[in-house]
Amino acid sequence: MATETHGAEPVAESGGLVFHPMDQFIVKPLFGHGEVGMFTITNVTLWLFLAIVAVVLMMVLGTSKRAIVPSRSQSVAELAYGFVYKMVEDVTGKDGLKYFPYIMTLFMFIVFANFLGLLPMSFTTTSHFAVTVVLALAVFLTVTILGFVKNGASFLGLFWVSSAPLALRPVLALIELISYFVRPVSHSIRLAGNVMAGHAVIKVFAGFAAIAAISPISVLAITAMYGLEVLVAFIQAYVFTILTCVYLKDALHPHH
Amino acid sequence: MATETHGAEAVSTCVDSHGSAVGMPQLCGDWIGNQVFWLVITLVVIYFVLARIALPRIAAVLAERQGTITNDIAAAEDLKRKAQDAEAAYDKALADARAEAQTIAQKARDDIKADLDVALEKADAEIAAKAAESEKAIAEIRDSAMANVEVVAKDTAGAIVAALGASADDAKIASAVDAQLKG
Repeated sequence: MATETHGAEPVAESGGLVFHPMDQFIVKPLFGHGEVGMFTITNVTLWLFLAIVAVVLMMVLGTSKRAIVPSRSQSVAELAYGFVYKMVEDVTGKDGLKYFPYIMTLFMFIVFANFLGLLPMSFTTTSHFAVTVVLALAVFLTVTILGFVKNGASFLGLFWVSSAPLALRPVLALIELISYFVRPVSHSIRLAGNVMAGHAVIKVFAGFAAIAAISPISVLAITAMYGLEVLVAFIQAYVFTILTCVYLKDALHPHH
Repeated sequence: MATETHGAEAVSTCVDSHGSAVGMPQLCGDWIGNQVFWLVITLVVIYFVLARIALPRIAAVLAERQGTITNDIAAAEDLKRKAQDAEAAYDKALADARAEAQTIAQKARDDIKADLDVALEKADAEIAAKAAESEKAIAEIRDSAMANVEVVAKDTAGAIVAALGASADDAKIASAVDAQLKG
């Protein structure tokens, strides 16, 4: 109730359209109005928890019958399993399958966080850089450490393009080095940026719905945008996962 | 409630007094700790749920299904081979039966032909014997008829001679009749 009265006031003040497209990303405590500390139970906590619930529902309860001829829910879980398993196998090769559970964790989390974020009034955890940067850094650090552990110093061969002319190699090595360190940045911003932009655009269109003449167009635009966002929700999860596989492949087989 | 929050200063540097975001909430430093903390917990929970329960279970189900399919295909292959064997046996039996039927038919034909030949031969022999007998009988009849004619002719000639009033002995008449008959 409190927030609603708040929201109404600026509308009255400006006497027209009010856009707060970014308000949906605000982190607030779930109970009370205190400071958001590290361990506070916030809307982030709620929607992360719901992502866990969704994963458990689909992957554990869906497969609880262990049927040879799968039920619908079981085939969905098997489909997800096969999808990621094949991705890891195709991109990183057989020796990458050891890391399949980690990649599956990333994929399932991102996919469910994205789709839960599409529910009206929900909070989209993957729209925050804090979340995606943790995911991307986890991948980056794991892959880098793994590369050195598996290959030793020869992991640096990743930056030394031996197929290029000798004169060009130092330049290429510099470029490769920069691109390597840009990886976690692009990896995280791509996901959060896509999700955030789509949600913000939907909110802007929703703001236009306040004008009666424009509202049909606005509703159409929201519908179209929502359809696109459904696509983006899956595609970004897919892109994040397949890039993780690519980075993992570089760590396991650093030589081009 | 409304006035309370309204009256209070902004809860954080990222939210203004109206409860709206200041700039991008994504860049608000105050919330990072909270988000990271809960995210790490979430990822760990999802990891253990997947790695300990879901993934081994799905892998087992998929392996079992693969095994079942492989077994079924092998069984189908087996049955197909059996069916082919049965068909071959059936074909062979059919061919054998046909060949046997042929031999039996041939044998029957040969037997009948042999019987027929024997019967024909026998019949021919009988016919020949009958013909010979008949010829003999005819010859006898002809001979006896000739003899009768002679006797009758002699008797008649004797009677005629006697009727004409002449006398002649039997020997003369007989020789005259014989001469006439030969002439």
